[in-house]
Amino acid sequence: MSATRAAADSARSEPAGPPHVVRRSRAGDVLLESLRTLRANVLTLAGFVITVVLGVTAVLVVVVPPVTHFLLGHALSILPYDPTAVPATGGTGYPQPPSGQHWFGTDELHRDVLSRVVAALPLDLTIGIVVTGLAIFIGAGLGLVAGFWEQGPVGRATSATILRITDVFLAFPTLVLAIALTAIFGHSVDVLTAVVIALTVTWWPYYVRIVRGEVLVIKQQGYIHAARLAGLSEARILVRHVLRNLLEPLTVYATLDVGTVIVTFSTVTFVLPLPTSVIEWGSMVNLYQSQLPAGWWLVAGPGLAIFATVLGLSLLGDGLRDVLDPRTRRAFAKEAQTSTAPAPVTTLSDGGE
Amino acid sequence: MGRSLTDLAFFIGVRLLELIPVVFGVILLMFLFTHLAVSDPCASWYPHAKKAVLDACRNYYGFNQPLTDQFFRYVSGLLAGNWGTDSNGAAVYPVIAASLPPTIELVLASLLIMIVFGIALGVLAAQFAGRWPDHLVRVFYLSGWAAPTYIVAILLDIFVAPALGFPTGGAFTQNPPPFNQPTHFSVIDALLAGSVSGTVDALSHLVLPAIALAFLNLGIITRMTRSSMLEVLPLDFIKSARMKGISENAVLYRHALRNSLITTTTILGFTASGLLASTVVVEEIFRWPGIGDYSFTAIYDNNFSGLIGVTIVFAIAVVVANLVADILYGVIDPRVEWR
Repeated sequence: MSATRAAADSARSEPAGPPHVVRRSRAGDVLLESLRTLRANVLTLAGFVITVVLGVTAVLVVVVPPVTHFLLGHALSILPYDPTAVPATGGTGYPQPPSGQHWFGTDELHRDVLSRVVAALPLDLTIGIVVTGLAIFIGAGLGLVAGFWEQGPVGRATSATILRITDVFLAFPTLVLAIALTAIFGHSVDVLTAVVIALTVTWWPYYVRIVRGEVLVIKQQGYIHAARLAGLSEARILVRHVLRNLLEPLTVYATLDVGTVIVTFSTVTFVLPLPTSVIEWGSMVNLYQSQLPAGWWLVAGPGLAIFATVLGLSLLGDGLRDVLDPRTRRAFAKEAQTSTAPAPVTTLSDGGE
Repeated sequence: MGRSLTDLAFFIGVRLLELIPVVFGVILLMFLFTHLAVSDPCASWYPHAKKAVLDACRNYYGFNQPLTDQFFRYVSGLLAGNWGTDSNGAAVYPVIAASLPPTIELVLASLLIMIVFGIALGVLAAQFAGRWPDHLVRVFYLSGWAAPTYIVAILLDIFVAPALGFPTGGAFTQNPPPFNQPTHFSVIDALLAGSVSGTVDALSHLVLPAIALAFLNLGIITRMTRSSMLEVLPLDFIKSARMKGISENAVLYRHALRNSLITTTTILGFTASGLLASTVVVEEIFRWPGIGDYSFTAIYDNNFSGLIGVTIVFAIAVVVANLVADILYGVIDPRVEWR
């Protein structure tokens, strides 16, 4: 309730006068509003917390061993057990169910499932971020070109070419193409590189569409005409006005997309598992699925890890969308204004439920 | 441009013509990807074969010819109805043609589940926007979004199916079923044969894979319905409907939903692509005899003709799904003109 109220309030408190009269830092505005939403919306807060915890854990998994090795002379790890070590004794040859010692149980080689799941976190997160980043770099670049320079014979031809090529890629169902390309590229490069190439190849077209659409809308805005009349160079308009206004929608899409990339990545590696030397969630599910239903914890571990990661990122992205997307913001505002209950005038201070 | 049947026919015609360059692009790309990344498929098919055997294989499939010649030969073969052969020399086209109907059946079933539950949940969430049912629905659809399809499918296949007594593995318990399969749609074939037990059997095999497939995109439909309902609900015509004394359910479902469906429909074409893609995993896990299962096998066997063939079918299906969504768009929204 208070989330809608806070959003509604901020929408209403926007200055009614001409924009040049009230100068406000938009970045600061968005940050403030984001913080307000974080405090007011439990789910977005949960998403934020999950994402931060996972991110910090991933960094610690990677950073702690070399740093402690450098400082103390011997490497420490935040993992409770070595994820790859197979103990010489104590292995029963059967997977062990979760216990006080092994929270997520062990596999048939007596390796701690929790340690393996956490050890895979940096890889899965990195893949999500790298692929999303590459896709935005390629897709947003092409989308910007196709949207901003669509006038004149050269511009029209360039724009049309980009869009036709994008259409071809959009006609492929993402997952099929990603799996197929991983299998194909896996013949010439190592599988992990193949997956990253395959996912990037399938991901960028969406950003061409998104960015071109946004740019076409932005170009029609009054402030672009004003900037042009004021004699600003095209480059300056592009950077200061167009790119600047693309940041918000791209932030939302990127947050949601990192999660989607992770799911897709783990699906590809479930179908085409990585070499056993690489610890990764999708490959783990593939490896352990033959032990179901008895060894349920073997799949529950990596499954919950994917679920939590993607859920955290989705909750965060979804909340960000509510803050940054003017369409939902307007809907919230209208809803609050037309509701029968009289809307309180000052709600900034009553953040809680 | 307008809304007559001629306009619709013209619209469909133009869109189908636009399909040609897209499909050509798909063929070209897949051909390049497969032939550039895997320079010698024979070696991957027969890893331990002698050089003479490999040479014979390369000669037979024409892998030793220039790439342009190979491409020309492949495309002219396609146009003549020859989609190439797999590594065992079996023709690819008949297998794809027979496995397409089960996949369409599976996708349609999951679309039905998605639409019915997604729209109902979306309306519920919009009706109680900002209150606990809204939050509950949001958690539910984000869970669907966050749960990988293959894990949902494994859970349904290994835990839910035995618990509820649903059969899994294939489209029928008895394979092939004791009646003809003229259409390869399992439920329709059973109905045509007039077999009640066969129909029940086919449906009970269909339900779980369809749910597994629907789970991912249920959230998108829910989210779209919710946000478009939120845009429509504050409008004047809803207020006047309420003032006329129409029941709240009628206001929600007959006035508001009809208008917000416009946005939801545009998403359907988009999700069809995701559904089709996810069949690769779901069909493999449920052993559903569809095109997803076939592409899985084609990828594993380095069956490149099969892979390109499957991709062509998928690409056409995606474009057609978008076309159908656009047509529906015009049916639901009387302001839309087909052009």
